[in-house]
Amino acid sequence: MIEKITSVMLPVDEELRIQKNRLCPEDGGNGKRISIVTGIHGDELEGQYVCYELIRRITEHPEYLCGTVDVYPAMNPLGIDSVSRGIPGFDLDMNRLFPGSLDGAMTEYLAAGIINDLLGSSLCIDIHASNIYLTEMPQIRINELHKDMLLPYACRANVDFVWIHGASTVLEATLAHSLNSRQTPTLVVEMGVGMRITKEYGEQLTEGIFSLMKSLDIWRGPAETVKKPLIGHRPDEVCFLNAPVSGIFQKESAHGVWVAKGQSIGKIIDPLRGKLLADVTAPQEGLLFTIREYPVVSEGSLLARILQMSRERWEESVGAERGGCHAGNGDL
Amino acid sequence: MRETEIFRLPALYRDDFRITGYRFGQGEKALAVVGSLRGNEYQQIYMCSLLMRRLRQLEEAGELCEDREILVIPSLNPYSMNIGRRFWPTDNTDVNRMFPGYSLGETTQRIAAGVFDKVSKYRRGIQFASFYMPGRYLPHVHIMQTGFEQAKKAESFGLPYIVLRRPRPYDTTTLNYNWQIWETEAYSLYSSTTAVLDPVSGEQVVESVLQYMRAEGLLRGEAKPAQPSEIISDAQIVSVRPEKAGLFRPLVQAGDPVRAGEKLACIQDVYLGDTLEELTSPCDGIVFFVHDEPLTYANTAVCKIIRRTP
Repeated sequence: MIEKITSVMLPVDEELRIQKNRLCPEDGGNGKRISIVTGIHGDELEGQYVCYELIRRITEHPEYLCGTVDVYPAMNPLGIDSVSRGIPGFDLDMNRLFPGSLDGAMTEYLAAGIINDLLGSSLCIDIHASNIYLTEMPQIRINELHKDMLLPYACRANVDFVWIHGASTVLEATLAHSLNSRQTPTLVVEMGVGMRITKEYGEQLTEGIFSLMKSLDIWRGPAETVKKPLIGHRPDEVCFLNAPVSGIFQKESAHGVWVAKGQSIGKIIDPLRGKLLADVTAPQEGLLFTIREYPVVSEGSLLARILQMSRERWEESVGAERGGCHAGNGDL
Repeated sequence: MRETEIFRLPALYRDDFRITGYRFGQGEKALAVVGSLRGNEYQQIYMCSLLMRRLRQLEEAGELCEDREILVIPSLNPYSMNIGRRFWPTDNTDVNRMFPGYSLGETTQRIAAGVFDKVSKYRRGIQFASFYMPGRYLPHVHIMQTGFEQAKKAESFGLPYIVLRRPRPYDTTTLNYNWQIWETEAYSLYSSTTAVLDPVSGEQVVESVLQYMRAEGLLRGEAKPAQPSEIISDAQIVSVRPEKAGLFRPLVQAGDPVRAGEKLACIQDVYLGDTLEELTSPCDGIVFFVHDEPLTYANTAVCKIIRRTP
C-alpha cells in the first residue's frame, strides 16, 4: 500500500510528498518491521533497483511474509528528478538535516516527518551510492559509537566489506546517526557509483536484505547464503590516495580486487601537452574498495581507498564466501 | 601594503587557483580579515575592497600603529565566483565546512588547511560572513559560543547587535569556530546582503572594523563606536514562518521596530492573486531579517524579529 508519510505544498501548484510502500501480511503481521530507505542524495540511484527488486520478489510470494516491509525509494524526490545531489532550491545536503524539527523550515519539517515514520523499525537500511566521482564495492559503514548494536546485522547483509569508522561531529546530523542514537538500528550501505545502477550489486544487496528479513523473522521464504564480509576495525587500516596533481585520471585497476604494494592504480595525464603527470601506485598492499570514476581531478581529489591486508588474508576471505553464513529463522 | 600569495593550486586547464592576501605593517600578527568564502558572497568581497581602500589611505597617512601586522584576504574562492557557483566547482563542497583543513586531504580540505595555517597565527580574526538564507539582515556581529568567545569586546565594533550562537554539529567545521578553538579572538560580521551589493551597510561594517582596530590599538586615534551594542542570544530571535507557500510580499524592512500583532508580510496565491495569509509579529521588537525572493516555501523563516526584552 502506498502511503504519504510527509508532504508540503510548493509555491506553484505542486505538492512535494515523500512516499513509502508498506508490504505486510493480511493479518497485520508479527510486529517486526524492516525499513529500506534510499534517495537522500538525488544523484545516488543504486538503491532504486533494490527497492524494485525487493517489492517484486515479496509480492511474488506474499505467503512468506510475516512482518512489515516499508520501502522508501525517494527521500529527496525533487533532487532525484532534477539530477541534483542536495535539495534543489536550498542547495542543502539532506543528510545533514536530521533529526529535523516539526516547527522548523520546510526541509527540517520533512526530515522530522521521515524520522518519526522510521522510528521503531526493527532495522533500517539506508542505501547510498557513493557520489558521481567514486565507485565503491558493496559495503556497510558503521560509526564506532554504534558498533556493538550494528555489527551482527552488517555481517548478514551480503556485502563485501564492513568499515567501522571514527565518530565525527558533522555526522551527527545524518539520518543513520539520528536513528541509531534513538535505538532504531540503521545500516548505511555504500555501493556502486552516482548516476548509474549496477544491477549485480543491487541483486547482491537484495539477497542480503532477504537474509536479514529471515533473521528478523519478517520473511520465512528461502534466502540465499550470504557472504562473510571483511571488516575494517581500525581507522589506520584504511589508506586514502589523493591526486598529487590536477589533471585527467585514467584508472588502470578495477575495484574490489587485491593490489600489491607499488601496483599501478591509474595515471594522471595532461591531454594538452600529451604528458604523463603522475603514476598512481598503491602505497600498501590490500583490498582496493574505492576507485575514482570521474576523470577530472584537482590536486587533492580522492582517487582510491585501500583496506590494508595481506594476500593470504584476502584469499582466505574470498574462500570463506562459499562457506558464508546461513540465516536462521528469527535468530537476530 | 604588500601583496602576498596565501595558497596556490595548479590546475589542468584553468589558470592556477590562487588565494591572494595583503599585509599592512610588520610585527605582531594582530588581525586577519577574511572576505568571501563562497562564490555568491559578492557583498563580502566588496566590503574587503572598501576596507582595502581605507587601510591603504590610513597607511599612507601614517595612522597604522607600529609593530602590528594586519592581513586581508578578500576571497578564498575566486574559482567559484568567476563561474557563478556558490561552492567548489569540481565537487560542490563548501570551503567553510572544511576547517581546520587537512593538507593531505581532498582539494577543499587542502585549501582550508593552506589558509588556516596562515590565519590561525593571528591574535584576532574577522570574517565577513553570510547566511544561506536569501534576504536582508540588520548588520551585526555574530559570535559562536565555544567557551572562548569575547562578547564584551565586540561592543567596540559599534554595530547595534552582538548575536551569540550556540554551536550546532555542522558549525564545528567553520572558520569562525576553529579560529576560536585555536585561540584567535574571532568575530563574524554580517552586513545586509550577500549576492547583491549594498554600499550603505557595507560602509557601516567597514567603519565598524576600523573602530574595533582603534579600540584594540591597531590604528591611531580614539575609538568612538557608532552606537552602543546589545548582546543577545540566538534564542531571543523569533522566526516567523508562513503556513502556506506562495508569492511573498513584505511590508517591513530589516531594522524597523514592530509591535506584537503588526503586519509583517502577505503570502499571495501565485495564480489568483488572493491573499492566502497575513504574517504578523508575535512580539514587540526589531525586524532582524526579511526574506527577499519573490516566492516562499511553507514553514520557511521569512522574517526574524529580535524580541524586545521588557
